[in-house]
Amino acid sequence: MGCRLCEIHCITQHSKTKNIIKTYKGEYPKPLPRINVEEKGYVNFALQCRHCEDAPCLETCITGAMYRDDKTGAVLCNENKCVGCWMCIMVCPFGAISRNMEGKKVASKCDLCGEEEIPVCVKHCPNEAIVFKEE
Amino acid sequence: MNRFKGKDISGCATTGIMDQTGKRFSGKDIINSIATMHERSNGLGGGFAAYGIYPEYANDWCFHLMYDDETCKEKTEEYLRDNFKMLKSEKIPIREEMQVEYKPLLWRYFMQSKREKIKLHYNFTEEDFIVKLVMDINSQVNGAFIVSSGKNMGVFKGVGYPEDIGRLFRLEEYSAYTWTAHGRFPTNTGGWWGGAHPFGILDWTVTHNGEISSYGINKEFLLNYGYICSFYTDTEVIVYLFDLLIRKHGLSYNIVAKILAAPFWEEIERESSEEKEILKTLRIIYAGALLNGPFSVIVANSETMMGLNDRIKLRPLVASIQGNKLYIASEEAAIWEICPHPDKTWRPKAGEPVIGRLMEKNG
Amino acid sequence: MAKRPIPTEFIIDRDENKCISCQACVRMCSNEVHSYDPETNEVLSDSLKCIGCHFCESICPTHAITIKRSQSEFKMNANWSAGVITNIVKQAETGGVLLTGMGSDKKYPIYWDHILLNASQVTNPSIDPLREPMELRTYIGQKPDRIQLKSNKQGKLSLESRLSPQLQLEVPILFSAMSYGSISFNASKSIANAAVQLGTYCNTGEGGLHKDFYQYGSNTIVQIASGRFGVNREYLEAGAAIEIKIGQGAKPGIGGHLPGEKVTAEIGRTRMIPSGTDALSPAPHHDIYSIEDLKQLIFALKESIRYKKPVGVKIAAVHNVAAIASGIVKAGADFISIDGLRGGTGAAPTVIRDNVGIPIELAIASVDQHLRVEGIRNQVSLIAAGGIRCSSDVIKAIALGADAVYIATSALVAMGCNLCQRCFTGKCNWGIATQNPYLTKRLNPEIGQRRLVNLINAWSMEIKEMLGGMGINAIESLRGNREHLRGIALSDTDLKILGIKAVGEM
Repeated sequence: MGCRLCEIHCITQHSKTKNIIKTYKGEYPKPLPRINVEEKGYVNFALQCRHCEDAPCLETCITGAMYRDDKTGAVLCNENKCVGCWMCIMVCPFGAISRNMEGKKVASKCDLCGEEEIPVCVKHCPNEAIVFKEE
Repeated sequence: MNRFKGKDISGCATTGIMDQTGKRFSGKDIINSIATMHERSNGLGGGFAAYGIYPEYANDWCFHLMYDDETCKEKTEEYLRDNFKMLKSEKIPIREEMQVEYKPLLWRYFMQSKREKIKLHYNFTEEDFIVKLVMDINSQVNGAFIVSSGKNMGVFKGVGYPEDIGRLFRLEEYSAYTWTAHGRFPTNTGGWWGGAHPFGILDWTVTHNGEISSYGINKEFLLNYGYICSFYTDTEVIVYLFDLLIRKHGLSYNIVAKILAAPFWEEIERESSEEKEILKTLRIIYAGALLNGPFSVIVANSETMMGLNDRIKLRPLVASIQGNKLYIASEEAAIWEICPHPDKTWRPKAGEPVIGRLMEKNG
Repeated sequence: MAKRPIPTEFIIDRDENKCISCQACVRMCSNEVHSYDPETNEVLSDSLKCIGCHFCESICPTHAITIKRSQSEFKMNANWSAGVITNIVKQAETGGVLLTGMGSDKKYPIYWDHILLNASQVTNPSIDPLREPMELRTYIGQKPDRIQLKSNKQGKLSLESRLSPQLQLEVPILFSAMSYGSISFNASKSIANAAVQLGTYCNTGEGGLHKDFYQYGSNTIVQIASGRFGVNREYLEAGAAIEIKIGQGAKPGIGGHLPGEKVTAEIGRTRMIPSGTDALSPAPHHDIYSIEDLKQLIFALKESIRYKKPVGVKIAAVHNVAAIASGIVKAGADFISIDGLRGGTGAAPTVIRDNVGIPIELAIASVDQHLRVEGIRNQVSLIAAGGIRCSSDVIKAIALGADAVYIATSALVAMGCNLCQRCFTGKCNWGIATQNPYLTKRLNPEIGQRRLVNLINAWSMEIKEMLGGMGINAIESLRGNREHLRGIALSDTDLKILGIKAVGEM
């Protein structure tokens, strides 16, 4: 519904303290949200990485920073290896990857929130608009 | 009279005996039977119903009455004489030497109804007329109470243990083909002579062990059909329901059992589709007649005696048969006392009626 | 002085230590109360516009917002309260009729809270609903006086009676009439789905039946109101029953009102009126000026659906409701819905909502008693409506004589409503009483359905517990059973009309 709480919780999840007030008031620079709400008129859509089976970003990555996690099947980015060439951003059909310009320039995308059972955007969406499904 | 004010509450006691051939027997048996269950009562009520006791007046109405004093007696007799041809009016014979704390005036009348009086009421049968009269007298004349109003039958009851009441009324001198008896342990209303069981109207009598939780709605349901409940005790609705469903609506005893102790919806779903339609329709139409709350009742009229339990059997009822005699009681011991070796004994299930019928009489 | 500001009703208390300026509240408030100042990176709130719907409070991720009642106070005056003064100011300003939404909030006595229930002990065992069957199934419709059975030679019975059509409810609770138009498509969908899942019925209200809802027809009661919105042959045949709306509890004597702001193209199509126009239903049905006209309409409807479905009438509870109900029974209705003083609405003049009508408790007791005395109670089913707030209200309504109850405000609260009473503005932040697509999407029909089903299931369980406590295992043994009710702190007249005894009486 355009409240963007998913973005807020994504930022909090990827912060150092994972505490929403400390993150917003204390942390600078704030982490980037990996999910973005697109708006047109009254239609909203929360867009994040689809963790595709035949992910183009995986194929294109020149350093091998993009890899698929064996356990979850998620497509993740190893920030240590990323050099910021932005090939993945150009090739992603959904436009789900963004540029992290603070400090070392790396690609930033959804990582299914690591150890969490359910990604926080799904958990905190007030209208249950985001659904987590294994396919 | 109730010395046991402790927590031992065992509930009322009830017995019924019917000789299905119509052969009459003395009241001695039923007194012995109910005496066995002495502990189930607390002395605040006991009573008997007997069928076939007035063969000389077999076709005339016999009213048993209780009066607080002479004034209500006179008032009621005026009313009765206005509506009936009085054949005989006498005190009900009792054992004068018995000590009873208080007793009302006990009277009985043998009467014939007046044709022209019935005709004054549009569309009334003779029975409708009697029912209305009984309700009018009971609700309007203070201190007068019609205990039974049938033909060739009577109800004898009062405050005391049932075996004492039986001896008071000298019931061993009467012969009847159906006897029912009741001993009371009232909790909701105190002991008063009119409040003992059996309750009767026309030739219906009911003895009841239990408490009707659905009394409020049963009362309202009956009001819709013109029956006024005036005795503050739930047993009254049972009598009127039987009168309504069997006499006026012409339903069979088995069907009435299915109305008063209706099967659960889940059970109805499992029946065949025809049976299901009938049971469903019964429940829909007669929702207000469903008796909720624990009960075991023995209902009798001139041709039948029926015992019935509530739909989840919260009160005891046992039945036995020996030859042509049917016995129904709250405890098996009460039956053994008078019939030590019955042919068959069983415990009816919840909602399953036990029905005894008078066989075709010759002459 | 010409311009006089209306004093604020609410004040927004923002905890600056918790506010992270995420601007969710700014984005979400349809009344534009919150705004963001990029220079100071602060979110500011204009309390004057706040209507107290609490949406921002619920959405705030750090719970920084608290809504408080206004601090701007008048001198204490029991007679000229702040509300009274404010209303006069508004009317002096605009010259218009004051509108409001939802049910009356005035301090009339609530009889539900003066009635106590019974429990069985010692002489009568209470029944445990978790172990034994407890039946809540209810049938709504006309019931004959007696059953006709035929027995053939073998003694096998067959059914001669043909029952008039009945509605089968698995719980004695239905969803009351809320038109598509006064509430959003998503809200209507939640209610319809919940009705299907629970085995009960919902009501279309005055707004006709949207074509997407025809699939729920077998769980829908279609309503015919004085404006006849959306009434055509398919509509009549789609529903499971037809209800003729003569009046509603919130505004007895006047017709329905849907402000033009809420009439979108979809609504216009469903109601068969041009979009943007106010949908005003006339006060009476202009073809029902007396009881014989009503009888004519009832039978006209029955003929049109070939007597296959029940046809009922909805009336508001007014002073002679018992006599009116009696007339309606004799006019051939299968059920009567009685809506009490506290019934809700999308839009009604405040003064009528708060002053016209009588509470449902007295209405049901009076109608039930009157019909029984006349010997016609079995010819209709009674449905009580108007401010049923909890399961104990449901039990008390049934014990006073209703066959079932309608709930509406409770259903809306379950879906998010906080009774800010501004439904007529069409700006409902919860997406319930609005047609604005920005707002309606906030009500996810799946969540709405889930919450409604949860509510009714919870109430059903409570009802079963209370029934078991009274020693009853079927709801038909409670209907009209006033022996299980006692009144507390009620006058003799109240007790007499309700037909119940006082606490302490045996």
